[in-house]
Amino acid sequence: MKKLAKLSKGLYVALCFAFFYIPIFVTMLFSFNSSKSLTKFTGFSLKWYIELIENSEIMSAVWVSVSVAVLATAISTVLGTITAIGLSKNRKLIREWITNINNIPIMNPEIVTAIGLMLLFSAMKIEKGYLTMLLAHISFCTPYVITSVYPKVRSLDPSIANAAMDLGATPWQALTKVVVPMIKPGIIAGVLLAFTMSFDDFVISYFVSGNGVMNISIIVYNMTKRTNPTINALSTIVILVIFIAVLVVNIIPLLKRKRAVANEKSN
Amino acid sequence: MKYFKNLVKPYVLWSSVMIIIPLFVMLLYAVTNSGNSLVNIQFTFENFKRFAEPVYLNVFVKSLKLGIITVAICLVVGYTLAYIIAQFKERTQTVLILLVTIPMWINMLLRTYAWISILSDNGIINTFLEKLGLSPISMMYTDFAVMIGQICDFLPYMIIPIHTSLSKMDKSYTEAAYDLGANPVQTFFKVTFKLSIPGVLNGVIMVFLLSISTFVIPKLLGGGQYVLMGNLIENQFISVGDWNFGSAISILLASIILLAIRWMKKIDTGENSQK
Repeated sequence: MKKLAKLSKGLYVALCFAFFYIPIFVTMLFSFNSSKSLTKFTGFSLKWYIELIENSEIMSAVWVSVSVAVLATAISTVLGTITAIGLSKNRKLIREWITNINNIPIMNPEIVTAIGLMLLFSAMKIEKGYLTMLLAHISFCTPYVITSVYPKVRSLDPSIANAAMDLGATPWQALTKVVVPMIKPGIIAGVLLAFTMSFDDFVISYFVSGNGVMNISIIVYNMTKRTNPTINALSTIVILVIFIAVLVVNIIPLLKRKRAVANEKSN
Repeated sequence: MKYFKNLVKPYVLWSSVMIIIPLFVMLLYAVTNSGNSLVNIQFTFENFKRFAEPVYLNVFVKSLKLGIITVAICLVVGYTLAYIIAQFKERTQTVLILLVTIPMWINMLLRTYAWISILSDNGIINTFLEKLGLSPISMMYTDFAVMIGQICDFLPYMIIPIHTSLSKMDKSYTEAAYDLGANPVQTFFKVTFKLSIPGVLNGVIMVFLLSISTFVIPKLLGGGQYVLMGNLIENQFISVGDWNFGSAISILLASIILLAIRWMKKIDTGENSQK
């Protein structure tokens, strides 16, 4: 009876994971298909990858996605981190007011945020393109950086920066040499969140960009009208990059802990 | 300490321009007509009234229905999975939860696109059925396809918060319930489930928010004729060009979500005060 319960539990878990991973697996499989079919595997070939590299439109979309993600992550990390540090030093009223505003883009449906930004750019007569996409990405990434850094700032001893300054550090030194290193885990979490949010974004980019500026998601959206294994090749690369990144990020702390434990034992 | 106080100032300016002003611009569009030039602006509630027309009301009802069904299925399937995962050894739990999170990091568009080749008329499922000698089923461009896409994309958002609250739970509560003579069913509903309600509410809000506002999944798996709230907004801005009506629908959508969150929070605090 117990064995049966265990078996059915295992089966349930396996079924759920199959549901998550079969689509991903199918996409990857058909990127290596030798024919255009997305349903019958006729033989192994790399021709869709060659076509992908030769397609200048797709390659420029890849460049847009990567460069926007890097820039938006860098800017929103700096902006979010200084805001989180400053936030803890302000009165409760200001603190609550800013956190509430900060929660708007997190709680609002993406499409509403997208429409709002699109209307803003058109009201300000900024032409839709690379710049509007970058500004929009900074705008939706920063709240996530703040929410991941702020709890770390709050758990800091408030007198620690004062102590550094009493000992002769300038405010800048106290900030970069004392405060920032202590909230590093929160900043790293923020960087990761911002980068993947920006890299994966479709809805907001779709509404705020234009004039031929496209990221990976927009180009996939435009190409899905016809069957096209080049998309599968692109998907496979994106999936592998994200998969490896998530795996590395999750495994590094485990390895570090293991090493720390091993060191303790050998001592 | 006052040195760092001013560090919030850039963000106060930034968030006013990029978060607050867009909402006001949207509101302005929603309560005016043909407001593309500020000269002949006219205030009106026409855009909101138009939403009460049967065509649009049907879209709203359909989105709401689909959202609620998606949430219900995700809740049952997700809770079961989270519950099973929470019973494993701690290390196994970490691995399983990591496996649940990985799809969340992958572009939703790409994951939805993958379902097309599985569900389409000459897709993988139908090829398989044919080999078994069964007649093919038409699945693409139906409620079923849209629902499958939504559940696959949103299920992790249900599993993670429920698992978090289940794994934080003190095991001695359930042991105490058994000691006091409760049977497994009673223990589950009166102890385990009650203690996991915060996680459940978080998951329900997330999945509802995502499913009621999506426009990619219905477009890819439901076809061009399949219109939900998100598609209606997209159409107003991209193809019809009626920004005023589009803004009004966006504001309605945001308000529905806000009300849903409020309602869920009320349930949460209501539960807490009962204890």
